[in-house]
Amino acid sequence: MGSKTATFIENDLATELRLGLPGTDDEQEKQSSEVKNNKRSSSEIDNNSSHDQDSAPPPPKAQVVGWPPVRSYRKNVLQQNKSSTESSDVSGGGMYLKVSMDGAPYLRKIDLKVYKSYRELLKALETMFKCTIGVYSEREGYNGSDYAPTYEDKDGDWMLVGDVPWDMFITSCRRLRIMKGSEAKGLACL
Amino acid sequence: MAYSSSTASFPEEVLEHVFSFLSSDKDRNAVSLVCKSWYEIERWCRRRIFVGNCYAVNPRIVIRRFPEVRSVELKGKPHFADFNLVPDGWGGYVYPWIAAMAGAYPWLEEIRLKRMVVTDETLELISKSFKNFKVLILSSCEGFSTDGLASIAANCRNLRELDLRESEVEDLSGHWLSHFPDTCTSLVSLNIACLGSEVSFSALERLVARSPNLRTLRLNRAVPLEKLPILLRRAPQLVELGTGAYSAEIRPDVFSNLAEAFSVCKQLKGLSGFWDLVSAYLPAMYSVCSKLTSLNLSYTTVQSPDLIKLVGHCHSLKCLWVLDYIEDAGLDILARSCKDLQELRVFPSDPFGAEANVSLTERGLVSVSEGCPKLQSVLYFCRRMSNAALVTIARNRPNFICFRLCIIEPRAPDYLTLEPLDTGFGAIVEHCRELRRLSLSGLLTDRVFEYIGTHAKKLEMLSLAFAGDSDLGLNHVLSGCESLRKLEIRDCPFGDKALLANAAKLETMRSLWMSSCSVSFGACKLLAQKMPRLNVEVIDEGGPPDSRPENSPVEKLYIYRTVAGPRFDMPAFVWTMDEDADLRYS
Repeated sequence: MGSKTATFIENDLATELRLGLPGTDDEQEKQSSEVKNNKRSSSEIDNNSSHDQDSAPPPPKAQVVGWPPVRSYRKNVLQQNKSSTESSDVSGGGMYLKVSMDGAPYLRKIDLKVYKSYRELLKALETMFKCTIGVYSEREGYNGSDYAPTYEDKDGDWMLVGDVPWDMFITSCRRLRIMKGSEAKGLACL
Repeated sequence: MAYSSSTASFPEEVLEHVFSFLSSDKDRNAVSLVCKSWYEIERWCRRRIFVGNCYAVNPRIVIRRFPEVRSVELKGKPHFADFNLVPDGWGGYVYPWIAAMAGAYPWLEEIRLKRMVVTDETLELISKSFKNFKVLILSSCEGFSTDGLASIAANCRNLRELDLRESEVEDLSGHWLSHFPDTCTSLVSLNIACLGSEVSFSALERLVARSPNLRTLRLNRAVPLEKLPILLRRAPQLVELGTGAYSAEIRPDVFSNLAEAFSVCKQLKGLSGFWDLVSAYLPAMYSVCSKLTSLNLSYTTVQSPDLIKLVGHCHSLKCLWVLDYIEDAGLDILARSCKDLQELRVFPSDPFGAEANVSLTERGLVSVSEGCPKLQSVLYFCRRMSNAALVTIARNRPNFICFRLCIIEPRAPDYLTLEPLDTGFGAIVEHCRELRRLSLSGLLTDRVFEYIGTHAKKLEMLSLAFAGDSDLGLNHVLSGCESLRKLEIRDCPFGDKALLANAAKLETMRSLWMSSCSVSFGACKLLAQKMPRLNVEVIDEGGPPDSRPENSPVEKLYIYRTVAGPRFDMPAFVWTMDEDADLRYS
């Protein structure tokens, strides 16, 4: 599948360079709920379709416009499909998610596949955002800490990180949000 | 005893009643040529019109001849627009048609459009102009947003079909679906598969629940698998279903819920969708497999073993669309299990990769041609082919009506002998006497066109790329293919001679597309002068073609017959010829 670290860094750099709205370029959004329907792709996108893919396979030859005759609609779906299949495929591929933190000027992206447990994930988040998240307890949530990690699940609901087993979490988590402790109190009380 | 010459022997009403049984355009056109009174009677009772090229005629002419139309079908851009060969802004705007029909056909019920530019304004006009509007099908259209859909949903009280088939929609939000009023209970078919945004699930559920006639439901990717059973239970009468994302955390309760919901749908014949597939959930569908006649897995990256299992369960399959992940082995199983198969499309999973990523070769196609006696329509992308295989296929399946083969590498020869594939395709046209549509690929000389001109007498549509040696090739096709209606060519060394020699032929066809060939602007001008009932459009984004030497080739050429004269909505990069060759205008 190519160098995971390399693509991770590539993606990280990509988000650091872009302070604007995410998803404004043709970068693939993994597990994103808004599947963007691109306008009819120009021949430039044809020629660039390779640059998002893994570095492992040999680079494709110079592409002829409109050849092979695959419709733009199908090409788009294949590209989107490739990215999300890779993320839900157990054997490999990154699972990049957006992480936002209340008060931070821009979002970050992390690869959930890199972590094996909640503890590792939370530690990484603490390092990335320079905050303290504290320890999870079933009864109190993250009470007592400045921030609480929450996530949006497949139903679009915002859940507290830590309630479900890790394996279930990684298949249902779509994005992360680190909430300020005062706001998060509400979640923990439910 | 003399019969009165000017009155029909049957009263008009009787003739009209008889004509009402004629549905095909061909028959109706024939009838209207019999005599003036039949022409009159027929034109008043024609309810359905099909315009294969929206620029071949204009709305005024149509409305004048057929005043009582209820159903209109229009096609806009040439087929090669699907592959980005037609620049944006070329044309195909439907608004003028709708504006004209809004006044003339207040009782219009059905609009079917393909490759046309539709705007929100157009959709709003449709929704407000036709009180009994029932069917809107937008196939590969563009130019509109979900706001336009909201107008349709809100205002078309008797809407039966809303089908957005692979259109490019500006997806502002999923909120439009909630505009269907509670009183709308007439839906029969809803296809929103091409939309990205999530629609309100509860609105969708309520819509489905209050549509007892719903037969076709194609969801978009954003509808999660866990919620699919809810919809299935609301619509157990569904005949065609397009799932949303077919993936969820692997949970036994979700699985059993899904399997149970599928088992309730006893009428299900067609399935599609399956984005983001998690193969563990495929068995949930097994209860419906044996009755399935149509299966579209071409948007899902399914690993071969699970796919084979699934296909093996679908003994009644007539139509299968799939990615090349099926591989030769899967096609072997298909050939053994699906004896009713009529149509097969195998799409490439990695069209731009330099090398084959899957084991799909000519063998798979040979296998299916052997095993499936009813196979008549094929679209097959692969990376190698041989004359021997093509000859075998042709002999196995003389009943092909549509044969489209795309060997991914341009000009790829027979991989065994390194010869051109002329013999192979020659066998196809020789054996398949009913062939109506053919797409060629691989290394081909003028010889293959000789075969085609000689044998393909029923061929209506031919697509060529990177083929042929000289004008002889094009000449064979234009002079030999009697039934030819549409010819599309790219990157072939065809030029002025064949085109001008067969000018008259072009008026018997719907259209001719040539791009990256060797046709000069001078020849285009000559052709336009000779043939006033053809529109000769030169699409050239490099500036005015007559600023270059007259014999330099034009980029793209689109020629079509028309009774409407030159069109007035051409963008700057489309050049047409005037009698006064010095004038250039867009």
